[in-house]
Amino acid sequence: MFPIVEAEFLAPDVKRLVVEAPRVARKRKAGQFVILRLHDRGERIPLTIADSDPGRGTITIIVQGVGKTTKLLNMLGTGDAILDLVGPLGTPSHVERFGTVVVIGGGLGAAIAYPTAKAMKEAGNHVVAIVGARNKELVILEEEIAAISDELLIATDDGSYGRRGFVTDVLRDRMESGGPIDLVLAIGPPRMMQAVAETTRPRGIKTVVSLNSLMVDGTGMCGGCRVLTNAGARFACVDGPEFDAHEVDFETLVRRNRTYLKDEADSLRRFLEHPEAELEKVRESCRLEQRHPEARCEAGRS
Amino acid sequence: MNTDANDFAPQPRPSKKDRMKIPRQPMPEQDPARRRTNFEEVNQGLTILGAATEALRCLECGDPKCTHGCPVGVKVKDFVDLIAVGDFLGAAAKIREDNILPAITGRVCPQETQCEGCCILGNKFEPLGIGYLERFVADYERETGRIGLPAIAPPTGKKVAIVGSGPAGLSAAGDLVRMGHAVTVFEALHEIGGVLVYGIPEFRLPKAIVRHEVDAMRAMGVDFQTNVVIGRTATIDDLMAEEGYDAVFVATGAGLPKFLGAPGEHLNGVYSANEFLTRVNLMRADAFPESDEPVYDCRGRDVAVVGGGNTAMDAVRTACRLGARTSYLVYRRSEAEMPARAEELKHAKEEGVTVMALTNPVEFLGDADGFVNAMRCVRMELGEPDASGRRSPVVVPGSEFETSIQMAVIALGTSANPLVQSTTPDLATTRKGYIAADPETLRTSKRGVFAGGDIVTGGATVILAMGAGRKAAASIHEYLETGAWEAKEAEIPSPAGRG
Repeated sequence: MFPIVEAEFLAPDVKRLVVEAPRVARKRKAGQFVILRLHDRGERIPLTIADSDPGRGTITIIVQGVGKTTKLLNMLGTGDAILDLVGPLGTPSHVERFGTVVVIGGGLGAAIAYPTAKAMKEAGNHVVAIVGARNKELVILEEEIAAISDELLIATDDGSYGRRGFVTDVLRDRMESGGPIDLVLAIGPPRMMQAVAETTRPRGIKTVVSLNSLMVDGTGMCGGCRVLTNAGARFACVDGPEFDAHEVDFETLVRRNRTYLKDEADSLRRFLEHPEAELEKVRESCRLEQRHPEARCEAGRS
Repeated sequence: MNTDANDFAPQPRPSKKDRMKIPRQPMPEQDPARRRTNFEEVNQGLTILGAATEALRCLECGDPKCTHGCPVGVKVKDFVDLIAVGDFLGAAAKIREDNILPAITGRVCPQETQCEGCCILGNKFEPLGIGYLERFVADYERETGRIGLPAIAPPTGKKVAIVGSGPAGLSAAGDLVRMGHAVTVFEALHEIGGVLVYGIPEFRLPKAIVRHEVDAMRAMGVDFQTNVVIGRTATIDDLMAEEGYDAVFVATGAGLPKFLGAPGEHLNGVYSANEFLTRVNLMRADAFPESDEPVYDCRGRDVAVVGGGNTAMDAVRTACRLGARTSYLVYRRSEAEMPARAEELKHAKEEGVTVMALTNPVEFLGDADGFVNAMRCVRMELGEPDASGRRSPVVVPGSEFETSIQMAVIALGTSANPLVQSTTPDLATTRKGYIAADPETLRTSKRGVFAGGDIVTGGATVILAMGAGRKAAASIHEYLETGAWEAKEAEIPSPAGRG
């Protein structure tokens, strides 16, 4: 069981959770993620580790409520706990002194990109951060990113903050008018990452993306997260999640991520009818675990 | 099961000649038409009378071959004798001296090639139903709630870490804790049991039985830690240097799925058997949306499972139970070469599985949305025997045909998961990435580290993994007692680049 020690909303539906997980906090490196499960009948979902504090034994995750499990997770607060949490998973970001590194975060991608941007800065790179959001209200971690970047460029779809347009518009401007770029790291929705890849490809700028394929175990045993690259099928959970953007087959990624769209919608609709009942399941699972830590609670088949 | 022992009075033992006339007692089974609609156990277990009658068939050999045929050396004659005199709990305790998981092995062992394959009754008659009897006493013990836990030796002060909670890890943990060592088992998933919980379906091995066996081990003092991935959450070096473990047993299994490499294999609706079975067994996707994890809806659809092993059987029978209209078992050799147990194939056919033998998929085709909707196959014929003695399948020219399917499961076996090896630089591996270990002592190239089960041998059976666990426990015990670690370089295959 993994107690939540801090919880706050950063934007509508986007919550920052600080969770006690001492082993994960000790080992975690930028670019890695955890898989968690909220209750006995819950699913396993992957979430990037946004930060960690080994001294305090905590990790930070940032969650956008898009479906049942993430919306349920966003109902949890201080005093609640997460039943299962495993990590750190995935291969850490490759961090070294490249020179000028552009880190692009679209939407929640800003939270996922932040730890790697920070590590790039600490490795002595000139870090250019490009943050994209639909509108001003949805821009997250602005202060944190400003603190670890040399240039911070913001784009909103509606122009309510920063430049009006997409992150690729900002990137193109920066490529044309700024100094040379040695590496681009893009994290966000697959179509955004694909657009970034196509923007940098003609110039041959090395571009890395963090892929968000569906996962179950996160340890390489099932291949549910497989992505197609020029080198064949790769498992995002162990070989990634970061890959060379110019080698990724984004069409397959987008298509495979749509496998359970209908199930996901059904699950969300049922959840929204009785969200409190699901919250109670989380708390009951954790109470059982507390009372009988030796015996995992059992969810019988119905 | 009726567990009232008053119902049973031991019979006087008939003469050996008369014993041979007793027919092998059949296993009561759930009706095929009913069972293909549920996940309840197919085999229902012998009754007390059935078990006692079966026990009488044992000829009490002077040198029982059955024990030699058992990878963990269960004293079959002794436990069967206790059943014959009505001491079922005594029989269970006798098995537990050598086998920590009798309710599981009694269900999933391929007895026909092990203990029962060696039974001399089998020369002229049906062999003794050793698996059925083992299962009977374990179930009797559990249902009466009187598990006879083995005695535990006084604490030795030594700490042993076991990586992986599958059959090899559990069996080693059971032996080591009895020897008085402090044992911690680390498991990456959120439940204990490895393939017993994510791989083997409920209808062959109810998960409640696995939990019960694991609880018995907890009661013996084994410490289980879930959600710990050795190689990520902590390394082998962390365990030995920082956490003070005196020895480590690596039993991580061969969990990396193999794919065909055929075009279209990454269409939506094409699963590895590991993913399909994990979603259903561990995450209970059959109960979606009561459970959150979904699985592709096979109701009224046609499903192809590619492979001929027990995993393929488990997957195809699971697809039946999820409501598939047609469940194809696609195998490139003939039925006779299938590695799966004969009983599993029989059960699968009774449940309506369509066997497409001598057939190999060469491509998966998809609809406009990228969901699989057909497979293109070729017919095969058996050619000359290869080095292993198996006749290798050869493509029949011009035999391509297409079959409509809406889901496919690839069950072609697994390879070594590299997480532990890749984070433990001084651990030697074989060319294929398995851990190199001395076959007798299970010692690896790294002092204090032992390895066994599928991570050494490649995919094998539950009971072979348990045998490796027992061997490792004996070897670890010896190392902890003597502290001696002579490197037998010649016996450890030299490390090769894993590529």
